[in-house]
Amino acid sequence: MSAAPAPLPPFDPRDPLGVDDLLDEEERAVRDTVRRWCADRVAPYVADWYERGELPGVRELAKELGALGALGMHLEGYGCAGASAVQYGLACLELEACDSGIRSLVSVQGSLAMYAIHRWGSEEQKQRWLPGMAAGEVIGCFGLTEPDHGSDPASMRTRARRDAGGDWVLDGRKMWITNGSVAGVAVVWAQTDEGVRGFLVPAGTPGFSAPEIRHKASLRASVTSELVLDGVRLPADAVLPGVTGLRGPLGCLNQARYGIVWGAVGAGRSCFEAALDYAGSRVQFGRPIGGFQLTQAKLADMSLELQKALLLALHLGRRMDAGRLRAEQVSYGKLNNVREAMGIARTARTILGANGISLEYPVMRHAANLESVLTYEGTVEMHQLIVGKALTGLDAFH
Amino acid sequence: MSLRIVVCVKYVPDATGDRRFADDTTTDRESVDGLLSELDEYGVEQALRIAEASGDAEVTVLTVGPDDAKDALRKALSMGADKAVHVNDDDIHGTDALGTSAILAKALEKTGYDLVVCGMASTDGTMGVLPALLAERLGVPQVTLLSEVSVENGTVRGRRDGDAATEELEAALPAVVSVTDQSGEARYPSFKGIMAAKKKPVQSYDLDDLGIEADEVGLAGAWTAVDAITARPPRQAGTIVKDEGEGGKQLAEFLAAQKFV
Repeated sequence: MSAAPAPLPPFDPRDPLGVDDLLDEEERAVRDTVRRWCADRVAPYVADWYERGELPGVRELAKELGALGALGMHLEGYGCAGASAVQYGLACLELEACDSGIRSLVSVQGSLAMYAIHRWGSEEQKQRWLPGMAAGEVIGCFGLTEPDHGSDPASMRTRARRDAGGDWVLDGRKMWITNGSVAGVAVVWAQTDEGVRGFLVPAGTPGFSAPEIRHKASLRASVTSELVLDGVRLPADAVLPGVTGLRGPLGCLNQARYGIVWGAVGAGRSCFEAALDYAGSRVQFGRPIGGFQLTQAKLADMSLELQKALLLALHLGRRMDAGRLRAEQVSYGKLNNVREAMGIARTARTILGANGISLEYPVMRHAANLESVLTYEGTVEMHQLIVGKALTGLDAFH
Repeated sequence: MSLRIVVCVKYVPDATGDRRFADDTTTDRESVDGLLSELDEYGVEQALRIAEASGDAEVTVLTVGPDDAKDALRKALSMGADKAVHVNDDDIHGTDALGTSAILAKALEKTGYDLVVCGMASTDGTMGVLPALLAERLGVPQVTLLSEVSVENGTVRGRRDGDAATEELEAALPAVVSVTDQSGEARYPSFKGIMAAKKKPVQSYDLDDLGIEADEVGLAGAWTAVDAITARPPRQAGTIVKDEGEGGKQLAEFLAAQKFV
């Protein structure tokens, strides 16, 4: 005789497949902490910041994120939290569910600037910069992209030459640099006689400036800058000793792309939840629009893609924690999850009707932000080329 | 000897969820996730601040509740408490506030304490009587509903903000205090705190360990009983009061009818 089966867990529209069950207690605790911080400190204000095109109090926000342990959280030592890749991903998801700009602040700090120093820096460089960056007292930025060189960084024009005394002298321009104008230290990649090298440029170094880029219609609650380097003289020990060549910056980009795989799920979730709530309360033709077949088809497809994206992110995260994640696999994640998040945002916008374009709802803000996420850290086309090369063994872009 | 601070916390159903009662009129734990009562987070926060100011203190977090109540303990540990005590026994199911205070008192006597910190009320039962019951059972002073609290030289001091007056209160330790939601925002657990929490000791006791007979507590042993439960009717469309000279009066009547005034 067998016992009666246990009752099934209730259906949760916000976790329809029970993905929560795949997370352990610590992972849920990290997620809940970031979610609550966002709800308290960012969500009430972010639409206003976005409309004004600024991120006021960015230094205070950075310190609060540092106190949580969110900056360089997946790195070990030097004041970093030493969290897992999945925990880091969950934090990115929650931050981007609030706004891509906030997630970008954290991604650039941890996955690009801090990761570069942690991975390729000298012990002295790590001791000097990482503890302050982990605490959010020093903000970092990462300069690879140039005005005329995006997907093809090998052709960068920024140059570093060694003068007779052993100092380095940098000349060039970097473009679309998140955190640039508020950074205390810039990781700048430059061409040298021996190949691409990374340099740590402290703010205030003569010849170095970081004017903010205005007139953005996307990522408006984020500091985006140009880096200007005119005869910037740096001591010999400003170079990152651990790497020469493009694998240095590309290794960092892979980390940031991993965060985006999760972050895009957050943006998509926020749009989906806004649409679901709206569909339940908006009455047309005498009933909630969620009762119409066309709306249900949209909601079902949005939920489906959202859950698939989440499962993909989690799968990649588990692989990263196991030390088995390949760069091509991250490309699968970024390609799919950003694309699907954009689709979810667009569909959500149609469910909200005219309200879909209002900053009273998060949908249009996410939709516009995702346009940046679509191309930064590798455009759709570059990721297609990376996947295409992996599938065929044929390199279509070099 | 270091200052022994014990924070009494409660694991409650998430107030933002669809909370229900089970058939025996107790809380249905299945229908909604549980968490550390938000009002108890203020207690944890004040305990941590007192400990930090003292430099030589140990913060223990204590709960009476089912298996899942460990989540509330874990949250408090991740905020920075040093260790936890979980009183868990099937016979505790359905215990009322009087019974809970008896269990907590026994647990406190077993663990030892100089200062017991409580929140102002739970977010589910919202009775707010437990700190007083506990102080009575322990035979120590109670200094309740504080919006500011500190400990110095074996004395706890605090401020209670009333409607008409502000009182400055103090008591010699050992003592029981409760703190309000005006006492200072609770900190977020840091990721390091979250990861450290699982290595912190959690002591479990059942009723036998505390020398309590099953019939003294539980639903059958409760001094209070829930007679009936009525779900709040679903929200109706809002009432629009059109002001034609009588608007203020109509608003007042509406509020009175809803028992808001």
